[in-house]
Formats: sequence, structure tokens, C-alpha cells
Amino acid sequence: MRKISALEITKVVKELCVGAACNLPPDVAAAVKSAHAKEESPLGKEVLGQIIENFEIAGREGLPMCQDTGIAVFFVEVGREAAMDGSLADAVNEGVRQGYKDGYLRKSVCHPIKRLNTGDNTPAIIHASIVEGDMVKIKFAPKGAGSENMSRLKMLKPAEGIIGIKAFVVETIREAGGNPCPPIVVGVGIGGDFEMSAMLAKKALLRPVGAPNPDHDLSGLEKELLELVNELGIGPMGFGGTVTALAVHVEAHPCHIASLPVAINIQCHADRHKEAVI
Amino acid sequence: MTEPIKITPPIVDADVMRLKAGDKVLITGVIYTARDAAHKRLVELLDRGGKLPFDVKGQLIYYVGPTPAKPGQVIGSAGPTTSGRMDAYTPRLLALGLKGMIGKGARNKDVLDAMKRHKAVYFAAVGGAAALIARSIKKAEIIAYEDLGPEAIRRLEVVDFPAIVVNDAVGGDLFHQGVEKYRRAP
Repeated sequence: MRKISALEITKVVKELCVGAACNLPPDVAAAVKSAHAKEESPLGKEVLGQIIENFEIAGREGLPMCQDTGIAVFFVEVGREAAMDGSLADAVNEGVRQGYKDGYLRKSVCHPIKRLNTGDNTPAIIHASIVEGDMVKIKFAPKGAGSENMSRLKMLKPAEGIIGIKAFVVETIREAGGNPCPPIVVGVGIGGDFEMSAMLAKKALLRPVGAPNPDHDLSGLEKELLELVNELGIGPMGFGGTVTALAVHVEAHPCHIASLPVAINIQCHADRHKEAVI
Repeated sequence: MTEPIKITPPIVDADVMRLKAGDKVLITGVIYTARDAAHKRLVELLDRGGKLPFDVKGQLIYYVGPTPAKPGQVIGSAGPTTSGRMDAYTPRLLALGLKGMIGKGARNKDVLDAMKRHKAVYFAAVGGAAALIARSIKKAEIIAYEDLGPEAIRRLEVVDFPAIVVNDAVGGDLFHQGVEKYRRAP
């Protein structure tokens, strides 16, 4: 067994929180710049220019690119030969607490009904799994509410099939309009059960922007959905334009013979994610 | 592209009426911040017959919950939040003379009707451009509900704060017009 200290986890999580808030990953930056080159609407182009200027300032000056520094979402893979000297959840939450405080990030987590802010952006949302090996891999993807709020899940009838899936994606993006800060990345989870479809949609967002699903049918669907979404004309910030989405990512999983769950998780252009391996 | 129109709040009906959907503006002067939690308190206060912590007449409200300011900063990153969450509260404030709101995303029919009735304008700022927008904020001071943290009401002094008119007071709607122009789907 390889020993891993909880303090190390906390330290890494703290760095991930601050680093992700201020630095747009290179794949996303490249996708936004390519959108800027492609956008046909002059106003849309100008908006994309401001978005680029903003993330460049943020990276250079170490400032959060968006004031919504998100609810802290983690995907943690723990090698079965890694032995931690404490609770994973405690270690991660302590890292969030320190990162959001010392990094001057906004604390955006509250009681769902009383709406009282917890004050330190905890609890984080932690999805952990046990894998082979002795390493711990932590993926951090802070999620802003503007885009999360426009996400949808629907239990389709199997008879609705691929036509129903496409219609649901297009309708969801149309309805979202400018709210989720387009250009967006669209994560689509097809199959599994109720909660798994949502997890698939969220995991789809963790892929590098525009990296196709290795399955040929699904990558074809991604391409078609991206065209359909961009034909909506919503454009940057909803002001009208040819680039509404930077990419559509689809993940699929077998489901019950009576079900067709479909979840759509929307991600804004400030598509922040960062990972570390311990 | 046309030159931006300069706006200096407080503004009056005539200022509102010359703004059209799609106009770019630069705002200089005082604006106030408020989002969901603050709006809820403002409207509850009105329900009890109380006096608002600032007079909304002629003013603009910016929907924002900034990040904490770092040492030496006036304010942290400060981009717009989704305006639709304030729809339930906005008509009450418009009836008291609020002249404009700055946020992102669409407003509902109640708000748009109230904007026509009371002559007001809805601006959008670029969502996510929070570090860039913060540069136009020169002074920030909490004037109410400090316990709400990022949701406290702040009085901001801004210079050339960039925004765009989405909904004017005569029914013009940039979201509708812009999308119609670029829509290729039926």
C-alpha cells in the first residue's frame, strides 16, 4: 500500500480551486478563439472578443474569470493500493474551504430552503470511485448556476428514439437562450437510469472541448447535434449569431428495456476544469 | 459598428425613450447592486410599508454578486448574473421609478409589460466577463444587508461600464431580433 496523507489532498484541492477559477484551460481558450474567428454576427464577434480579453486578464492577473466561482464538483479516482490517513470528504472539503477563502473566491453554497450561506463554499460535491493502482486522481470542475440552472433531465419513451433525443436537446438549448452564457458546451447523457443519465451528461463535459466520443455512431450524433444547436441562431450571450455551442459531447450507457433517460448538462463558456494526480 | 451611447444615472423618461434594443451604452456614475436575496428583502420591506435602503427613482440596478476584493482591489470579479431570477420582484421596483436593470438572459412578460408602463430599459452585460467588467468599477460600498455577503446591496461608482440595450421601453427585443437574423432552423 502507498500512504497518502489527507493534508496532501487538502493542499492539492486548494490549489485546484484557485487555479481553475483564474485560468481557462487551453482547450477551451482555443475553442473560444476559433468561435471568435467563425462568428458571423458583428455583435457576437465583439462579445467573444470581450470574453477572450476577460480570460486573458484573469490568467495574467490571477483574478477569477467569472464572479460565479461555482459550487465545487470533484471526480476522484482512488487507487485501491492507496491508503489515506483520513476521510477523503473531509480532506477535500478542507481544501475547498481554504482555497475559496485564501483565493478570494465567492462562497456560493447555501441551505436549499432557508437559503443561508454556509460561508465557506462547502460541502463540495464529490464523486469518488475505486480504480486499479496506487494513485489518487482528482478532477475539479467548479459549476456556475447560470448554466447549471438551464440543464434538464427527461425520461423519454423508447418509441421516441433518436428523433426524440435530438428534439429534447434542441428544445432545451432553445429554451435556455442567453441565460447559460453562450457559447456553451452541451453534455448529453443517454441511457443508464435516472441519476446515471445526469452523471453521464456531467462526465461528458469533462472531455477536452470538441474531443469526439470514440464510438462512431455517437460522434456522428455529436456532430449533428452541434449543427442543429448552432442553427438556432442564439449566438454569443443570446444576442444572435452563428456560434451558440462550442461543442456537444454525448455519453451513452445501456438502460432498462422500458426506459430512455436523457440528461442535458449545460456548461458556460467559462468552462473551468483542472486535475491533479497524487 | 455605431458608437456607444453615454448614460449617466440617475436617468429620466426622456433618456429611456431614446434607447433602442441593440444600442451599445457606456454607463458612468452610480449604480446599485442587488440579486435574489436582496430583492426578496426589498419587496418584503415594501409589503410591510417600509422605506427602501436607497431611493430607486431614476436609478439602475446591476444584478451581480462579486467575488471578495483582494487587498488593493475596489471590488472582485463582477459580471452579471441571470436576470430571470429577479422577474418576480422587478415590477414592484419599476412602479417606484426604477429606470433600468443590468443583467444577462431574458425577462418575462410581466417585467417587459411593466417596463413599457413605467418607461424603463433592460441592459445586458457580457456574462462571464467579470474581471474585465470589474475594471470599470471605481468605488464599491455596501449600503444594506451586509449579512448577505456577496448578495449585499452595494453602491458602485462606475466609469464607462459597458452594456447593451436588450429590451427598450417600446417593445424592442435584441434577443428576438438577433436570433431571428441568424436562425437557420425552422
